Amino acid sequence: MADVTHGVAGPVPMPDHDDVELYHPKSWITRYVFSQDAKVIAIQYSMTALAIGLVALVLSWLMRMQLAFPGFLTFIDANFYYQLITMHGMIMVIYLLTALFLGGFGNYLIPLMLGARDMVFPYVNMLSFWIYFLAVLVLVGGFFVAGGPTGAGWTLYPPQAILANTPGQQSGIIIMLVSLMLFIIGFTMGGLNYVVTVLQGRCKGMTLMRMPLTIWGIFTATVMALLAFPALFVGAVMMLLDRLIGTSFFMPSIVAMGERLAYKGGSPILFQHLFWFFGHPEVYIVALPAFGIVSDLISTHARKNIFGYRMMVWALVGIGALSFVVWAHHMYVSGMHPAFGFFFATTTLIIAIPTAIKVYNWVLTLWRGDIHLTLPMLFALAFIVTFVNGGLTGLFLGNVVVDVPLSDTMFVVAHFHMVMGVAPILVIFGAIYHWYPKITGRMLDDTLGKLHFWITFLGAYAIFFPMHYIGLMGVPRRYHEMGEMAFVPPSTVDLNIFITVVALIVGAAQLVFLFNLIWSLRRGRPAGGNPWRATTLEWQTPQTPPAHGNWGKELPVVYRWAYDYSVPGAAQDFLPQNQPPDPRLA
Amino acid sequence: MVVILSFMVVLAGFAGWWLLRQGIASKPWLEVGIPADAGWTAPLPRPTARLGLAAFLVVAGSLFALLVSAYVMRMGMTDWRPLPMPVVLWFSTGLLALSSVALHTTVIAARRGELDGIRSGLLAAGVSALAFLAGQLLAWRELAEAGYFAASNPAGAFFGLVTAIHGLHMLGGLVALWRITARACAIPMGSAPQAVGALRLGVELCATYWHFLLLVWLVLFSLLMRWADELIEICRGLVT
Repeated sequence: MADVTHGVAGPVPMPDHDDVELYHPKSWITRYVFSQDAKVIAIQYSMTALAIGLVALVLSWLMRMQLAFPGFLTFIDANFYYQLITMHGMIMVIYLLTALFLGGFGNYLIPLMLGARDMVFPYVNMLSFWIYFLAVLVLVGGFFVAGGPTGAGWTLYPPQAILANTPGQQSGIIIMLVSLMLFIIGFTMGGLNYVVTVLQGRCKGMTLMRMPLTIWGIFTATVMALLAFPALFVGAVMMLLDRLIGTSFFMPSIVAMGERLAYKGGSPILFQHLFWFFGHPEVYIVALPAFGIVSDLISTHARKNIFGYRMMVWALVGIGALSFVVWAHHMYVSGMHPAFGFFFATTTLIIAIPTAIKVYNWVLTLWRGDIHLTLPMLFALAFIVTFVNGGLTGLFLGNVVVDVPLSDTMFVVAHFHMVMGVAPILVIFGAIYHWYPKITGRMLDDTLGKLHFWITFLGAYAIFFPMHYIGLMGVPRRYHEMGEMAFVPPSTVDLNIFITVVALIVGAAQLVFLFNLIWSLRRGRPAGGNPWRATTLEWQTPQTPPAHGNWGKELPVVYRWAYDYSVPGAAQDFLPQNQPPDPRLA
Repeated sequence: MVVILSFMVVLAGFAGWWLLRQGIASKPWLEVGIPADAGWTAPLPRPTARLGLAAFLVVAGSLFALLVSAYVMRMGMTDWRPLPMPVVLWFSTGLLALSSVALHTTVIAARRGELDGIRSGLLAAGVSALAFLAGQLLAWRELAEAGYFAASNPAGAFFGLVTAIHGLHMLGGLVALWRITARACAIPMGSAPQAVGALRLGVELCATYWHFLLLVWLVLFSLLMRWADELIEICRGLVT
């Protein structure tokens, strides 16, 4: 510690910027329903996202039942199966993961971790949630309209998405597009808030390079989302016009049911470009907050400073930038020029470098750490191995020659579920176990949590490892029933049954988690202000749960980075960010 | 997609420059205390609303860059038949420029604390912006009457889409302009300079937004008028 430099150690000067004028709720409605408090909005976002996520979980159960026991559930026909696929994918990727990471954790953690009282535009923040809520309601409305929700697949590829005989063509596709547009408008409102709060709302002493990696992850992902979602918005508007007023943005000349349609000259490939220009960054919009959170979980629960903080920040920013130049690796089978295939394969493989740096740094943080196998740590460890597994199969699929034969098989399903389904969800669980004590003031039950962890973790592997094998055997994805296929060995049928049984069990295990959330709210062990002995500011609030305005009369002042764990010579094994420097160490 | 990628490269360059200035190469684990000089700059001293608007303009810029990308990609296909551009577009371009200039003079008036100048400037900007929108509608009607909005004409559909999205942004701006105008009209003549000064930020934000919309329209206009065709061809040649 000889190199440590010390700045101001005397009386703390006033913050360099004015404290914000807080909005104070005057009624129950403005406190808990139309609230402008980021913490309440965070909980609203999280509960809505988890609720709609549960719907998507049930949809996946139905799909698995159909794949393992075709005909057993008689109400699942081919059309309904496609509707299940579409809604499951769209809900999980956008309405659960994006909303929960950015709307949920972003809203709760940005002001608290940066020492701010609230977001900089609280009213817009409130609007953001309610527009998101409306988007979810509209989406769910798709189940109740004539023809049901769209069954075009979560990628909504034209021309099939708006052609007759695609399930939900009547109104489901319209509802989906409107819901997506609402989501994007709502997200943009929230996203502007998160970005400007990070830039403008930090307390004194909180330099960018003292921000916890959680905030770096959420910040970078938000910037990416603000730039990527317009691509989906443009695509949705154009497709809506094609469907409603008969323009031909994406619709080529086409003969359907023996009849020549009025469409002429549209380009389906144009939609694919727009969709994946959003779609690939979306993977990292979900992954980067997970990267940031997992870094903080590992450092806190291994009582060790994060290894290579600077490199971790650079890697986050680098991954964010690179993720905008890899989108066409989702389109290898669209008939692209081989030179483009080579370019996008190269950029895809390059992105593995900053990602690998992060994985090495997590492992090196654990190396000789004082590892506490708490629930957040278990989930963080599970994330690392899962992300490595999913990432490695991504290297397979990033290569054109490997991707082409595997593209339409269950291998791809297994890959993306591991890398952007299971891995981020594990972080979400870890984060909830980690921050629940701050949000509620009580600990989640450890035994129930461990039961939940082991079933979820082992179950996810039991589901998705065999799925890779099934894919390699050539079992196609998107088929609602396999039938007699000479090239598919009988073992895959048994594996399908096995996967389904495990999926039902893992899904049911989430009820344990839900029960724990509700039960611990009243019966959980009181947590105190800082049960994990963490350094970051959210654990240093005067009250737990943090009161309106977060910090009482005075905003905190930050004197150090977020990872002062096990500092030699210090009285305890962590130094909170707002702890003034000890003059004796100068 | 070259257009949106170029937009992203410019943004990335700016972001990189800004991050370097923020001390992204510093070693926070070695620094304890409040760095007085190097490394620690207080959160930006400028108003939060201005930063919020700047962030929004980046998002809107991304939206328009994507629209232009899609337009250029579609133009490259063999069946593309360009539209004859209505003459009224020249007038509406002039009106938008007028509106932008009017807001610029309003900013100058606001800095001097001249309430008269603010009111007349806001009024002129609002009227010319409305006239711009009317001009766009006339252009639509002209093209519709000539049959260019048929389903089979992608150029017509793109024209309608880009002008409609630009027009919707203008409508959003008009709501803000209306609010600031109402505030300006509510201040009695001869009020204290502080009361007039309170308008300054709002007027400046409106002016920034208007200049942005003018810039976007000039890009769209040059694209619609096919002045950028050669540039697009050169870029396409470089990429392919």
